[in-house]
Amino acid sequence: MFDVFALGPTGWGDEMLMGAVMTVLVSTSSLLLGITIGIVFAACKLSNFFILRAIAEVYTTIIRGIPELLVIYLLFFGGSSAVMYLAKIFGYMGYIELNAFTIGTIAVGAISGAYSTEVIRGAVNSVPKGQFEVGKTLGLSGYSLYGKIIFPQVARIALPGIGNVWQITLKDTALISVTGLVEIMRQSRIAAGSTHEPFIFYTAAIILYLLITRLSNIFFDSAEKKYSKGYVSKEAI
Amino acid sequence: MRFDLMYESFFKIVEGVPLTLQVVSISTVLGIFLAVAVALMRISGSKFMSLPAYYFVYLIRGTPLLLQLYFVYYGLSQFEFIRESILWPLLKEPYWCGIITLTISTGAYSSEIIRGGILSVSKNYIEAAEALGLSQAKTFMLVTLPITVRQALPAYGNELILMVKASSLISIVTLMEITGIARTIISKTYAPVEIFLVAGSIYLAINFIIVMFVSLSERRLGIEKAT
Repeated sequence: MFDVFALGPTGWGDEMLMGAVMTVLVSTSSLLLGITIGIVFAACKLSNFFILRAIAEVYTTIIRGIPELLVIYLLFFGGSSAVMYLAKIFGYMGYIELNAFTIGTIAVGAISGAYSTEVIRGAVNSVPKGQFEVGKTLGLSGYSLYGKIIFPQVARIALPGIGNVWQITLKDTALISVTGLVEIMRQSRIAAGSTHEPFIFYTAAIILYLLITRLSNIFFDSAEKKYSKGYVSKEAI
Repeated sequence: MRFDLMYESFFKIVEGVPLTLQVVSISTVLGIFLAVAVALMRISGSKFMSLPAYYFVYLIRGTPLLLQLYFVYYGLSQFEFIRESILWPLLKEPYWCGIITLTISTGAYSSEIIRGGILSVSKNYIEAAEALGLSQAKTFMLVTLPITVRQALPAYGNELILMVKASSLISIVTLMEITGIARTIISKTYAPVEIFLVAGSIYLAINFIIVMFVSLSERRLGIEKAT
């Protein structure tokens, strides 16, 4: 029964593992893109300019109210032409085709960006206002205030939320399989189709996802512990 | 932007709304029963009950819904004994596979919401009910449940929106709901932006109605907006 998972050309073991590596890669790059988007839009949401707040609000409402699959279809069918359109503005007339990894990263990154925005905004809001005021009174520059005082605290508070976003992002990457990127989901479909053993390959896929979840939980738990060092919660005082 | 195409496809995509709503509402209602059962198992205090419930929730929350759908639709049908069982008339239909998968998924997620709601019911109320001589079943039905509903409603509203979004996945197993129709039109017309805007607005409208409905019920149940 398990010889279908043999490594090398006789079995699907190595292909499935490569699929898992691809899932981790595309999830990680999507999360990083998502956090970047999240920082930008959280800044927009917290800004004093109405128009920036409105743009950020529209973005998070749309992404959180529309199925992920639709967002992926939009980028899958329209991503390349959008990039070509942009390239044309800059004078490049050639044909550009985005590969499945890039499309997947942009799509899932955009989704995870909306969730990150809320997490980061909440974290910034939970830094006491007095700290901003003290920083300004002391005459700190923007970088010193935000980079050295606010950011480390935001990072610590946002960490559990980012852990949740990672979990959502990881599961959303399964949807990229519809665009042809060979990650766990796609690979187990291919293997199931060619061996006529769907049950065993989808079970293997479930185990791989749970394994990644377990490992990332351990990672986030230890990161949380590390960044909470020297911090005493308000309840303890 | 091709507005004529958007106008035309709007009426085609809207035809998928009944199927989306049908699948969402059937699996939501079935999912509530599953969720209450799982939540009660988890807080039962007996390890034989709480551990299976814990692993069930871990399994469902740790794996993508698409994979669960494939598992039910393709994976189970591999076995002879399932094809000969009484469940086969259900499991061979993508419609019922979609409902089964969504029910299991929302059952797992909502069980956590309900568990949180039950745990938030103050012990004083339970003790008061006991002192008044209410039976355990009556205490649950008359005291714990109403307070739980009140506590869990805001989070449950989010779960409903997630369900509407999740229902789009059943288009992958050939069901022609909103996303399924939208996908077909996109691949025919190659106008992804226009169709995305139309289908997306329909989803936003559905979710907006759900949000309105939930906040109305919240107000009726006297839930203060969390500050």
